[in-house]
Amino acid sequence: MKENAKLRSEREFPDGKTGQGVGARLPRKEDDRLMRGRGQYVGDVRLAGLQDVAFVRSPLAHARIRGIHVPERHRGSVFTATDLVGIKPIRAVSGLPGFKISEQPVLATGKVRQVGELVAMCLAPTRAEAEDIAASVTLDLEELPAIHDMLKAREPGSALVHEHWGDNVFLETNYEVDISAALDAPIKVTREISTARQCMSPLEGRGVVANFDKRLDQLTLHSAAQMPHITRSGLAECLDMEEGQIRVISPDVGGGFGHKGILLPEEVCLSWLTMRCGHPVRWLEDRREHLVASSNCREHHYKITVYADRDGTLRGIDCEATVDSGAYSSYPFSACLEAAQVASILPGPYKMPAYRCRTFSVATNKCPILPYRGVARTGVCFALELMLDLVAAKAGLEPGEVRLRNLVRPEQMPFDNITRKHFDSGDYPEAMRRALAAIDIDAIRARQKQGEADGRRIGVGISIYCEQAAHGTSVYSGWGIPMVPGHEQASARLTPDGGLELRVGVHSHGQGMETTLAQVAHEILGVDVANIRIVLGDTAMTPYSTGTWGSRSMVMAGGAVATACRELGERARRIGAKLLQHDPASVVLQNGEVRGVNGSVSLKAIAHTWYRRPQDLPPDVDPGGLEVTQGYKPVRDSGTFSYAAHAAVVAVDPDIGEVEILDYVIVEDGGVLVNPLVVDGQIYGGLAQGIGTALYEEMPFDASGQPLATTLADYLLPGPTEVPAARLDHMETPSPYTQFGVKGIGEGGAIAPPAAIANAVNDALRPLGVELMQSPITPHRIVAAVLAARAAERSAA
Amino acid sequence: MKPAPFAYERPRDLDAALSMLAASGGSAKIIAGGQSLGPMLNLRLVQPELIIDISGLAELKRAEVSGDELVLGALVTHADIEDGRTADVTRGAMRAVAANIAYRAVRNRGTIGGSLSHADPAADWISALAALGARVTLRSLAGARSMAVEAFVVGALEPALHAGEIVEAVHVPARSATAHWGYAKSCRKTGEFAHAIGAVLVDPAAASARIVIGAIDTPPIVVTNAELFGGRIAADYKQRFDVRAADALLASAGIDDAAQRHIHVSVLRRAVLEAAA
Repeated sequence: MKENAKLRSEREFPDGKTGQGVGARLPRKEDDRLMRGRGQYVGDVRLAGLQDVAFVRSPLAHARIRGIHVPERHRGSVFTATDLVGIKPIRAVSGLPGFKISEQPVLATGKVRQVGELVAMCLAPTRAEAEDIAASVTLDLEELPAIHDMLKAREPGSALVHEHWGDNVFLETNYEVDISAALDAPIKVTREISTARQCMSPLEGRGVVANFDKRLDQLTLHSAAQMPHITRSGLAECLDMEEGQIRVISPDVGGGFGHKGILLPEEVCLSWLTMRCGHPVRWLEDRREHLVASSNCREHHYKITVYADRDGTLRGIDCEATVDSGAYSSYPFSACLEAAQVASILPGPYKMPAYRCRTFSVATNKCPILPYRGVARTGVCFALELMLDLVAAKAGLEPGEVRLRNLVRPEQMPFDNITRKHFDSGDYPEAMRRALAAIDIDAIRARQKQGEADGRRIGVGISIYCEQAAHGTSVYSGWGIPMVPGHEQASARLTPDGGLELRVGVHSHGQGMETTLAQVAHEILGVDVANIRIVLGDTAMTPYSTGTWGSRSMVMAGGAVATACRELGERARRIGAKLLQHDPASVVLQNGEVRGVNGSVSLKAIAHTWYRRPQDLPPDVDPGGLEVTQGYKPVRDSGTFSYAAHAAVVAVDPDIGEVEILDYVIVEDGGVLVNPLVVDGQIYGGLAQGIGTALYEEMPFDASGQPLATTLADYLLPGPTEVPAARLDHMETPSPYTQFGVKGIGEGGAIAPPAAIANAVNDALRPLGVELMQSPITPHRIVAAVLAARAAERSAA
Repeated sequence: MKPAPFAYERPRDLDAALSMLAASGGSAKIIAGGQSLGPMLNLRLVQPELIIDISGLAELKRAEVSGDELVLGALVTHADIEDGRTADVTRGAMRAVAANIAYRAVRNRGTIGGSLSHADPAADWISALAALGARVTLRSLAGARSMAVEAFVVGALEPALHAGEIVEAVHVPARSATAHWGYAKSCRKTGEFAHAIGAVLVDPAAASARIVIGAIDTPPIVVTNAELFGGRIAADYKQRFDVRAADALLASAGIDDAAQRHIHVSVLRRAVLEAAA
C-alpha cells in the first residue's frame, strides 16, 4: 500500500484556511460522547413498567393462514391482526402511471408473502420470556408456491404475490431517446449483469420503545429512525391519529443507510400495543430479524447493450433493468423508486446521442427492497462501468481512454445529459486523470507483463459515477410518492449567555452533523463551535423535515442553518446598532460582534441585554427577537452532482479464488467541503460497504424462498482486515446553486467500489478468458469461471 | 435471539460433571468456552434442559508432555496454545494453527476440547490434529476410551460421543525431526470459518505422510498412503503431488461441484508446497 501522505498534503488547506468555519478539518464534537460510551440509543431507553415484545414471524415465503393457535396460558399476551381493530395497512403509493398498489398489513391477514412477515405480537416482562411465548404459538399455514426469482416472477403463469394484480409487476417504465440512431455502431456489446440482494447491516438494528402519555394525550415513540417526521406522518395515517398526538424521538442512531428510513410495521404494532396495555413496550431488532425479515436492498438485473464507435465514442445504451422489489411497497420510498431511478441515472456522466431503458419493479415473496446508501446508483455504476471496460477491450483501448472520450467536459457545465439530469458543475475528466495517475496505471501494466512470483494475477480497475444529491421538489413530485421534500427549515436561537441552539429536522447517524452544522453557523455568526448545540431527532423539538436521506442534509439543513443564522445575525445587528447608538446601516456583524465606527458589541452582550436586561433596550427596538426559523432551497432543486473516480489494484488467485486489494485510490469532488475530515470518514465508510457489495455480501434464497444467510457467519460483512487504507484526493468544484457551493456526498463512497473492483478482477483474469458480471465476486464464482474458460479453451483447441 | 429456559450447573470436579451428565439422560449440554454453543443456544438451535459448565474443572486444564506425546486437557484454550503457555511437541505446528483460529476474542475463550466436541468440519483442530496423528480420550462414568481424531468426527456436527461421555484430553504425538508440516486454509475473510483446509505431515525420510482435506461437509479426508504422490513418498513429494488424485478423492466423497473441488485441491496443493521441516 502506498503512502497516503503525498496525495493528502497536496490538498490539505490549499489556502491555509484555519478556524472553525466552512472548510475546517475539525474533529467531530459528538465523538466525545459517542466514543466514551455516553451515547444513548433506543436500546438504552429505560421507562418504568417497560415490557418487551417478540414477534411470531412467518416461517414460509408464501402461505395462506388457516389458523393461529395460542396456548391458553398465554392468551392475553399474544396479539394478532384481529386484535388490531382500526389499524390501517401501510400503503406507499407512487403516482407514476400504472403503479400497482400493495397493502402491507402490520400483522399478517389472510396470507403471508415473505419469510419473517409479522403474524403475532407477544408481550412479556423480558425479551427472553416473550420469545418463549412466541415459540409456543403455532401457525396453521397452507403453503403456496413462492416466487423468489424476479425474472421468473415477470413471466406469465408465475405464482402471484398479490393475486388481484394479475401479474407481479409493481411498475414498468419506458424511456427512449432515438435508440435507432445507435444501431449501426461498429461496436456492440451485450451482457447480462446482476447485483446480489443485500442487507444493510448498520451496527445498531432497528428498535422501538412506545409509550402513551395520558396527561399529554400523546403517543411517544422512541425509534431508531433517520426520518422521524416522516415516521410520524406515516404512523398518524396508519393509526388514524392527529400528528400532534404523536411524538417521535430518535436518539443516537448507530448507522442508518436507508434501513432506518422506512415506516416499520413494528412501529405501528407497538404504538397500538402501548395504547392497548397502558404501559411502555419495547422491541429491539435482533440480527437474525435484520437478516431474514427486514430491509433488503441492491438486487438488480440488467440486460444491457452498449453501442460505440471504434475509437470508443459512445453511440448509445439499450437496457432492460429489473429490480426485485420484494413483497410490499415500503413507506415512504415505494417499491418503484429504485427501478425507475435506474432509467434516469444509467447514462451517468457520459455523453451519448441515443438511449433506451425499460425497467420493471417486480414483486416477489421476499422482504421489501429499500433504498440503501447509493440507492440505484451502485447497481447502475456496476452495470455501465463493466460494460465500458468491455467496449475498451473490443476497441483495443485502455479503459481510462474510453472514459475520457465520453465524460462530460468541464466547459460543457452546467450540462443536461440525455435523461435531462442537470449537472451543476465539475471536471469529471480531471478526476479520472488524477485517479489514473495516482494508481500509476503504466506501472501496473508493466508489472502485469512480468507476472507474479506467487502465481496470482494482478488487475487494475477504474470506475466513475455521479451522485445526484439533495434532489428536491421538482424531482420527487414526479415520483408522486408519500414524501416530497420542499423547503428545508432550521431554527436558530441565541441563548442569554451568547450560545447558539440550532434545531433541524434531519438526523445524524454517523454523518457528523453536530459538528458540520455548527461550522456553518460559526461561518455566519462567529459563535464558537463549542457553544453551539444541535438539536435533532425529535419531532417535538425540530422543524418538519423529510429527514436524512439522499445525501441531502449538508446541502439542505446546512443551507437552512445558514439562512436562519443570517436572519438571526441581521436581527442581532439591528439590536447591536441600537446599543451602539449607530445607524443600523453603518454597523456590520463580524467574528461574533456587531461593529461600528465607534466600537463594537458582542453577540453575547446583545443576547444578555435582550433576555436579561431588556430595560437597556430602546423602546423602538425590533421586537422580532433572537430566535428565527427559516426555510431554504438551493437556487435549483434538481440536485447537486458530486462525483468520484475510483481505481483499484487487485491480486487474484485463479485457483483458490481469493482477491486481495493491493491499492485503492479515490478522487472525489464533493463541491466545497464543510469539514474534509468528516467527508473522508464518509468516503471510507462507503468504501467499506462498497467492498462488501463487491466481494462479500449476499442474501441467497432456496427454491422455496427461504433466506439462507440467517446469521453473520453466513452473511459476510467486510471487517477491518478486508478494507484497505484507501488513498483519497479531493477536488472542490463549487456548486453554483447551494450555500457555500457545497454538494451532498454521503452516499458516494458506496457507489463506485463494486465496479472498480470487478473491473480490476476482470482485468486480472481477462487473459484467461474469464469475465465476471455478477456481484459479489466470490471465490467460488471466480474459480467456476476460470474452470469454464479452461474447458472452453480445451474444446476450442 | 434469547435461549430457551435451561437449568445451569457448574460442577467442581470431573466425576460430578459426569454424574450430572449421566443423570440428565441426554438432555444436558456441556459448555466450556461457549464460542459455538452460545450462539446455538441463542438461536434456539439447541434447547437443552441443563447446561453443565465445566469451566471450573482443573483436571481438564492440564497440559503435559508424557513420554513421546503431549496431553492437552479439553479446557486448554486456543490462546493458551497460541501464546506458548502449553508445551509443544509439534515444533510450532499447533501454535501456528491456533494463532489463526477465528478472532482473538474467540481464541481467549474457545477450548480445544470444545472445538472437537462441536465437530464442525470447517474448524481448524479437526483437520490439523488429524494430520498430526492425534487421538482423543473420552470419559464417562463407565471409564475412558480413546480414538483417532479422524474417527471421532462421524459427520458434520456429529462427534462419536456416547451419552454421558465428554472429551477429556487430546494426545498429540511428537513430530519427528524429519517431518515436514504444511497447513493452508481459505476463508472468505479473516477469522471466518474456512471453506477449504489442507493439512499435511510428510516425512520423506520415513516415506510416510498424513494428508488431510478438511472443511468439507463430511468428516475430513485423511490419506496415509502415497496415492496423492504417485505411489511414492520421497524428497521430491512436492513435484509428485497429484492434483487429479486429490480431485478424485473429493469426487468420491460426494463433492459434485467442480469449482469447490478445485478450491479444495488448490488449498491442499498450497499446503503441500509450503510444507517445511
